[in-house]
Amino acid sequence: MSVTDVPEKKPFSVGAMWRDKKARGIIMQIAAVIAVLIFIGWIVANTVSNIKNLGIEVGFDFLWTTASYDINQSLIDYNATDTHFRAAVVGLLNTLLVAVCGVIAATILGFSAGVARLSNNFVISKLMQAYVEAVRNIPVLLQILLWYTVILHSLPKVKQSVAIIEGVIPTNRGLYLPQPLPQEGFGWVWIVLIVALIGAFFFKRYAKKVLDQSGKQLPAFWVGLAMIIGLPLLTYYVIGQPLEVSMPVLKGFNFKGGFALKPEFLALWLALSIYTGAFIAEIVRAGIMAVSHGQSEAAHALGIKPNLTMRLVVIPQAMRVIIPPLISQYLNLTKNSSLAIAIGYMDIVATLGGISLNQSGRAIESMSIILLVYLTISLVVSGIMNVYNERVKLVER
Amino acid sequence: MSEQIREYELGMHPELPPPNRQSGLVKWVMDNLFPSVGSGIITVICLIFLYYVIPPLFNWAFWDSVVFNATSREECYAINDGKGACWAFIYRRWDQFVYGFYPEAERWRVNISFILLAMTLVIVLAEKVRKVKGIMWLVLILPIICAILIPGSELLGLTPVPTNKFGGFMLTLIIGMTGIFVSLPIGIGLALARISSLPIFSVFATLFIEFIRGVPLITLLFIASTLLSYFLPPGTNFDLLVRVLIMVTIFSAAYLAEVIRGGLAAIPRGQYEAADALGLSYWKSMRLVILPQALKISIPGIVSSFIGLFKDTTLVVIIGLLDPLGIGAAAIADIKWTALGYELYVFIAVFFFICCFGMSRYSLYLERKLHTGH
Repeated sequence: MSVTDVPEKKPFSVGAMWRDKKARGIIMQIAAVIAVLIFIGWIVANTVSNIKNLGIEVGFDFLWTTASYDINQSLIDYNATDTHFRAAVVGLLNTLLVAVCGVIAATILGFSAGVARLSNNFVISKLMQAYVEAVRNIPVLLQILLWYTVILHSLPKVKQSVAIIEGVIPTNRGLYLPQPLPQEGFGWVWIVLIVALIGAFFFKRYAKKVLDQSGKQLPAFWVGLAMIIGLPLLTYYVIGQPLEVSMPVLKGFNFKGGFALKPEFLALWLALSIYTGAFIAEIVRAGIMAVSHGQSEAAHALGIKPNLTMRLVVIPQAMRVIIPPLISQYLNLTKNSSLAIAIGYMDIVATLGGISLNQSGRAIESMSIILLVYLTISLVVSGIMNVYNERVKLVER
Repeated sequence: MSEQIREYELGMHPELPPPNRQSGLVKWVMDNLFPSVGSGIITVICLIFLYYVIPPLFNWAFWDSVVFNATSREECYAINDGKGACWAFIYRRWDQFVYGFYPEAERWRVNISFILLAMTLVIVLAEKVRKVKGIMWLVLILPIICAILIPGSELLGLTPVPTNKFGGFMLTLIIGMTGIFVSLPIGIGLALARISSLPIFSVFATLFIEFIRGVPLITLLFIASTLLSYFLPPGTNFDLLVRVLIMVTIFSAAYLAEVIRGGLAAIPRGQYEAADALGLSYWKSMRLVILPQALKISIPGIVSSFIGLFKDTTLVVIIGLLDPLGIGAAAIADIKWTALGYELYVFIAVFFFICCFGMSRYSLYLERKLHTGH
């Protein structure tokens, strides 16, 4: 017979429970849940009674009423007789437009500045350092206002304006550009472009397969480029150049024709890209410096040329370090674009959270939609980034 | 050739200086400015660019500028033909830029607070002073004195000054410093909650942090200025500045929490286990073992969060507080000083640059000093 020690059951007591780590954890968590619930309940109760006292109407029906205000820049058709909902969509598209343009410009600027800062050329490296330090230490709102002032006060008036290149005219009312007007049949060019993109993608995969199996290198990059540029161009000429260009022409007090980038958009775009570019430059510099020196030495030892070393050895490893903070800078840029309201660029905060809110008085509804929009953008982007991080994670032993 | 007369015994030749091309200025210039043809072209382009930018900028800001003897833009331009900056505008409105609309008779309170703030900074930053026993209590007490002194209170015989009179750099410093002092402990708390083994705490902290980090600060400030009154019991109406302070603080705390979480994640597991093995309670192990190390590695991130917070204080102008940008916007709307945007923005930019650059340099110094690894 085996004797087992059955531990004596301790009598229940509050003190003992408090000293038990597990029990204490559970008690504290329950307390936290209760506290949060009470807090939320308190806020909801307050809100409900406030709404009742003030006699405010609630609901999202205001979105379908007439907005009756103009928006100076919109990607889709919009006029003052459209609904608040459409105004909000215009605002959202404007937010996304400046975010996407800003991300592209900031990436180019940031990568160039980051690489230039590591250059052994004293002048350019110091110049880039000055750029990074100056821009990072000045509030972005101030920079937006400064660029707006530059455009409004230092660019020529419409009457005195001079074209830099044929059709590109900077004025204090915006940057006038030639506008391509696709005619009937231009849709084919788009279709061919998409087909070419897909084709180039598959050719690259095929080239990789050939390389892995036989060691033969196919000129995948050049073939791809030729497909992406050549095929749509060929289609364009075959179907008889279905594109007209409308040039801005000075008529009376303003330009007719063409296409104008508004001063508000330009100021916001410039300020956000220059500001975020400085942060990206630092990220890129840190990323390249994080690649161990042994890697480039090993590449040299293998006889790989310096520029190939950079492209095939250093950059791919640096990207692993660069991408996560880079994405968070992209998100910062998107969030900073909400400062548009300071100079009157009609983004979602200025349309839905500004004029629509003031007109309808639906503060809670408008603000929750705006918060939801920004949260969705953040979550989607971080979701994509998590997937990317999983994929590039170093597979260690 | 081999018959050459030797002046020196083999190996006895005195060391010669390196050839000209291999030393001194020439070598430096060749190595750093013209290492290759392409690089040399870039150097020249940069130098031309600097030549066209720096001297005119210098002339505008210093040489041709007017500071003291003008009382309007016209007078400035009469003196310098509109070629230089009109700093007279800043000079004439200096008091507003520093104090906002704080009553003149009470400004000594703000001045004392500036001195107390400077003392606090010295205590926190200067190592020798910090080592004096008990002095850290002052770090807690001095800001509280400021917080009583500036708004004033009837009880102490100080005339209360409503917060809508606050403005200028004083307001920037109030928001920035309150944010920095209060958000650090909250950020540490949030970070600990997020990595806590108790799931409820970690879920709450994660939701909170991700929510705050997912939305722009300006929307939170809008909530503070328009929505908060809905969420509070009917009739409560608390100060706009306090609401803004709360929002700025929790915004900054969420970012700090992520930075500190990164620091906590970098501490090897062994440290946690060692603290457990010593029988330290959770709070003691955090306070004595984990946090000192985690905070040390997170210093660069923490300071850059602080810099971000300090820069973000400018956003309050959008909801109508009179920070330097707000004061300035009112000033350049004045017919006497109209359209002096450049002077205004450059002036404020210089202020922010000095503060933020100073902070980042200090963090570099601290990082180097605390670097005790190998």
